[in-house]
Amino acid sequence: MATLESQTIIDALEQQFPGKVVAVDHPYDFLTITIAHGSIKDVIRYLYNEPSFSFRFLTSCCGMHYPDAPQKFGMVYHLHSFTTNFRIRLKAFTNEDPPVFPTLTDIYKGANWMEREAYDFFGFRFTGHPDLRRILNMDSLEGWPLRKEFPLEDPFRKDKDDAMFGR
Amino acid sequence: MSENTKLHPNAPERAAVQEKEYTILNLGPTHPATHGIFQNILKMDGEIIVESEPTIGYIHRAFEKLAERRPYYQITPITDRLNYCSSPINNMGWHMTVEKLIGVELPKRVEYMRVIIMELARIADHIVCNAVIGVDSGALTGFVYLFQEREKIYEIYEEICGARLTTNIGRIGGFERNFNQAAWDKIDKFLKEFPGVLKEFENLLVRNRIFMDRTIGAGPISVEEALAYSFTGPNLRAAGLDYDVRVMTPYSSYEDFEFAIPIGTNGDTYDRFMLRQQEMWESLSIIRQAIEKLDKLSDKTTFHADVPEFYLPPKEDVYNTMEGLIWHFKIVMGETDIPKGEVYHAVEGANGELGFYLVSDGGRNPYRLHFRRPCFIYYQAYADMIRGNMLSDAILTLSSLNVIAGELDA
Repeated sequence: MATLESQTIIDALEQQFPGKVVAVDHPYDFLTITIAHGSIKDVIRYLYNEPSFSFRFLTSCCGMHYPDAPQKFGMVYHLHSFTTNFRIRLKAFTNEDPPVFPTLTDIYKGANWMEREAYDFFGFRFTGHPDLRRILNMDSLEGWPLRKEFPLEDPFRKDKDDAMFGR
Repeated sequence: MSENTKLHPNAPERAAVQEKEYTILNLGPTHPATHGIFQNILKMDGEIIVESEPTIGYIHRAFEKLAERRPYYQITPITDRLNYCSSPINNMGWHMTVEKLIGVELPKRVEYMRVIIMELARIADHIVCNAVIGVDSGALTGFVYLFQEREKIYEIYEEICGARLTTNIGRIGGFERNFNQAAWDKIDKFLKEFPGVLKEFENLLVRNRIFMDRTIGAGPISVEEALAYSFTGPNLRAAGLDYDVRVMTPYSSYEDFEFAIPIGTNGDTYDRFMLRQQEMWESLSIIRQAIEKLDKLSDKTTFHADVPEFYLPPKEDVYNTMEGLIWHFKIVMGETDIPKGEVYHAVEGANGELGFYLVSDGGRNPYRLHFRRPCFIYYQAYADMIRGNMLSDAILTLSSLNVIAGELDA
């Protein structure tokens, strides 16, 4: 099995997409690269097609919400290359609301429901997604449950005081 | 009969009769054959499925949101309820994720004990799946016979943690108590008796003409499609790709074990059935190896790592010693320092790669926790897999994919 070094990927991305690699990190030995919002799909397509990388497996993708950060909304992609057994985490952040990301359904079919989940819980829009509807929550739900401002408990209840429970 | 002749004065015009009509059939949400709450609205041409529209989320419980308000040790019971047919694997996966975050090295003995529990859980899960494939194809005998053995696995859980289905087994840093002698005896007894039962179950179905006719070619998926749909676990391996997290990114000392990864070729129901059958034999061999390795270790008492900041002390210590009380208080009230950072940890669940993406901001609760649930990801291919198949094949495909509602809906 061919081996792959993190530095090879970082160098290749910086050469292919100059100025689009925003940050590189290795938390717990897991290569994490933040990509400029507009280039995320090009980068993933490049990592998918480049024969020496061939990240052909989308492990998961999920939304993030940092209400206090300068860039509030993010998508986190975990990709896996089976030929080299290398995992990579890619992130893209944006501040627009509703946040818009490109869909990956034309690269990975499995992204369909994962993106619907991100839409359902964070309200992210995915341009080009074939069927962007809520998936786990009911259609009549208002708001985006996994955003930090969404209350965990029914906000109209008066009998429970969250302050007493360290929340 | 001429073009304009009508059989009956009230019969519709001939052209209208010839126009094709589809039947819309609601399979689910609650249907005895789906073994869970899934709705599929099927557009049928006679017995053939033309299109299907799945609806999921009937038992959605917002685990990711709940996890953001719970301390780490209270998230273990949530993971029980993902794939409730093999809760211990979920529990261990979660413990290992947190241990990775806080940087705990476990003693070998604990890791081998975890391997035993995880492989027992894999067998229990595969028993459910394969026995139910039998039921859905009309063979109830194997189901009743094999489910007795699942009961014995549950009795082993019961000796170790006191629970049977939603186990909440182990703690962050190890196990809550050492395995008692009764547990070891039950494991030994199971290892002696189960192979015979499994063999007999195989004799019932594997070369059974009716079973083979029903399952071969039912709900197939090619390896390219399976990969594109991010399949993992037995369903991906049945299509022909030997991806197993236990081998690719070993955890809990799986690198110390010798085992084969069975793979299929057609990715149909029969292959998935056979693959799970083979995996049960491999799991049995892994458990035997783990017991051998444990016998060789001089250490016979350690059942958790020495991390008082994270491992909840036993109740006798909490009530009788000052340190125990302090650590208990600190852990429960969230006074211990948890590092900031993000980890992704994956275990080979019974259905595939069960991943935990944990983002910690140093607080008492996770900042964000995302479960990579294999069922949720591969169930989206179901509509493609059953297109053009018969309704009865669709039922078999669903049970052979082993879609567990708890994991699907999180």
